[in-house]
Amino acid sequence: MTAVDTPTPLRPAVTPRARPGAGRVFAAVLRRDLMVTGRELWVILVQVGLTPLFMLFVFDTILGGQGIVGRNFADLFLPGIIALAALTTALQSVALPLVKEFGFTMEIEDRLMAPLPTSLVAIGKLVIATVRGLLAALLIYPLGALVVGSAPWRPAGLPMAFVVALLGAWIGGAIGMSLATTLPVQRINVTFSVILTPIIWTGCIHYPWPRLSLPWYQVVTALNPMTYVSEGVRGALLPEVPHIPAWVCLSVLTGVAVALTWLSVRCFSRRAVQ
Amino acid sequence: MPSRDGPAVVEVADLVKRYPRSDTNAVDGLSFTVAPGEIFGLFGPNGAGKSTTVGILTTRLRATGGRALVGGVDVGRDPAAARAQLAVVPQHNNLDRALTPRQNLVYHATYHGLSRREAESRAGELLERFGLTERADRRIEAYSGGMAQRLMIARALTHDPMVLFLDEPTNALDPQTRLLIWGQIRQLRERGVAIVLTTHAMNEAARTVDRVGIVDQGRLLTLDTPDNLVRGLAGDALLDLTLTPSPADDPEALCAALGELDGVRKAERLASPAVPAGLRPGAGLPGGAGGGAALAALAARAGGGARPGGGGLAALAGAGLLGRGGAAGRNGGGPAGRGRLRVRLHLATDPAALLGAAVTVLTARSAALNAIDIGEPSLEDVFIELTGREPR
Repeated sequence: MTAVDTPTPLRPAVTPRARPGAGRVFAAVLRRDLMVTGRELWVILVQVGLTPLFMLFVFDTILGGQGIVGRNFADLFLPGIIALAALTTALQSVALPLVKEFGFTMEIEDRLMAPLPTSLVAIGKLVIATVRGLLAALLIYPLGALVVGSAPWRPAGLPMAFVVALLGAWIGGAIGMSLATTLPVQRINVTFSVILTPIIWTGCIHYPWPRLSLPWYQVVTALNPMTYVSEGVRGALLPEVPHIPAWVCLSVLTGVAVALTWLSVRCFSRRAVQ
Repeated sequence: MPSRDGPAVVEVADLVKRYPRSDTNAVDGLSFTVAPGEIFGLFGPNGAGKSTTVGILTTRLRATGGRALVGGVDVGRDPAAARAQLAVVPQHNNLDRALTPRQNLVYHATYHGLSRREAESRAGELLERFGLTERADRRIEAYSGGMAQRLMIARALTHDPMVLFLDEPTNALDPQTRLLIWGQIRQLRERGVAIVLTTHAMNEAARTVDRVGIVDQGRLLTLDTPDNLVRGLAGDALLDLTLTPSPADDPEALCAALGELDGVRKAERLASPAVPAGLRPGAGLPGGAGGGAALAALAARAGGGARPGGGGLAALAGAGLLGRGGAAGRNGGGPAGRGRLRVRLHLATDPAALLGAAVTVLTARSAALNAIDIGEPSLEDVFIELTGREPR
């Protein structure tokens, strides 16, 4: 202690103001992101739509037309594309804005300063990412059908496909949030390529998992949560194609979602409060 | 002790913060309180621990030790509740660029529990108060630095905080905006809002802040009203003398001799000026009077009622004390600063009364007086006195 520093007796403090209910504040923070999401709907469309739609077009219309790929490949491929859209849209739509908001603009500070536990601000981000992922999945379904001229349609499988896509989007959001809050800004781009590319190509988007003949590749794909999203959606829409059983997909995805939620909220909170 | 009545709204006791992988404490046992309606200035050099302290108080950093309460809430134990009591205006623009200026205020209010309707009326009121109504619905990117700062302060007030933290509130702003902001700060004080502000524009802030804590190396060096700090540490007045000691004389001894005069609290050597002091009127004296005019008045008084600007100086010149070129402080002449000495005397008396005695000392030691500058000490002088001249 310094000589001039007088010890300060703690006196009876003022009565604190009651803080508003967490639910109310959480809703207000969500509302902001929903408003921004609504305004950026066309951005989501472009962001998620282009690659899968081109993939569909090339694999089905072009290669199919040349007889290189079987005509029914599109049916097998479309569920994978829906799953891909859900997971990667959620991942990108949380990661890129967060890098910006936590980086040079610090725009997120106003929400971090809301009278709400920081973990709930993080959960809010995951909710929005999931909404965006699901939106992307919902949009890609009819758009994909338009591109290839047909689509597997099985109303009984839709609830299962929806739940799997939701879990996939949540997982994508959690991966994106963990990356965005832990990696230095200058490494974000390269990490995205390093992470996203294997997620896409080992995620059983283009092929059913049980038919894989390389055992080591079956192991690699089984380690990718994307596989269970693709398999889950495919199994729901095309039950006749061999697929991983629904209960396995749901259990694995739920477990991964719980673990990644914990991890991503922790990463977010550590970034927000040091 | 807070200068105002009522229980403290900010209480900091033995606060410590050590960052991971650091050998020293960024904040090292800080204690202070702030009362409602008090403007508290937290000053210190860069890296002194101010921002860390404010970071802890605003729940963005976790303290390593000690206790901090804001609005009666322990910021470490219940950060979410603490955030309902406070607002922060950071130094950088952290406005939400996805929203319009008006939406920035409306959404902020809803984050703090106001209903949509309340939030909108509050936002309208504040936009008006900060002169932003006409540009409330444009893009944030079109805002100038001053407008962004006004909007950030307005945003901080939408939820009516008990304590407002302002980091460099007037940094790089035009005089009009600075006036507006200081005016708003004073109004908030009237309403009982406690304000904790950090700034390097201390002399500007000194007119408004009620108490000042000066922090360095994580510790509180002093804590008092600006007036008491200035009087207590820097003295009533400053007298800067630029001298040419006789070749045989030791500058340190000369400085010490001046320091022993009655009414001198302290004498210190300043760095020799690269440019003769007289060419920069008032140089080195923040808030001080212009060198030439002050000298004339001073010399007139010291000369014992001689004609203003006349006899006194003439007498000094006649005594052979003034350097080449005659009028002291006007023209140093010759190679700038060679062999010269600048001495700052911190005075407890009127500078005029002391000048005669100083001249006597100089005459006795055959030193030439090249320039004289008088000024009032400022908070910045106190700051330099306490934290040193070396940049961090």
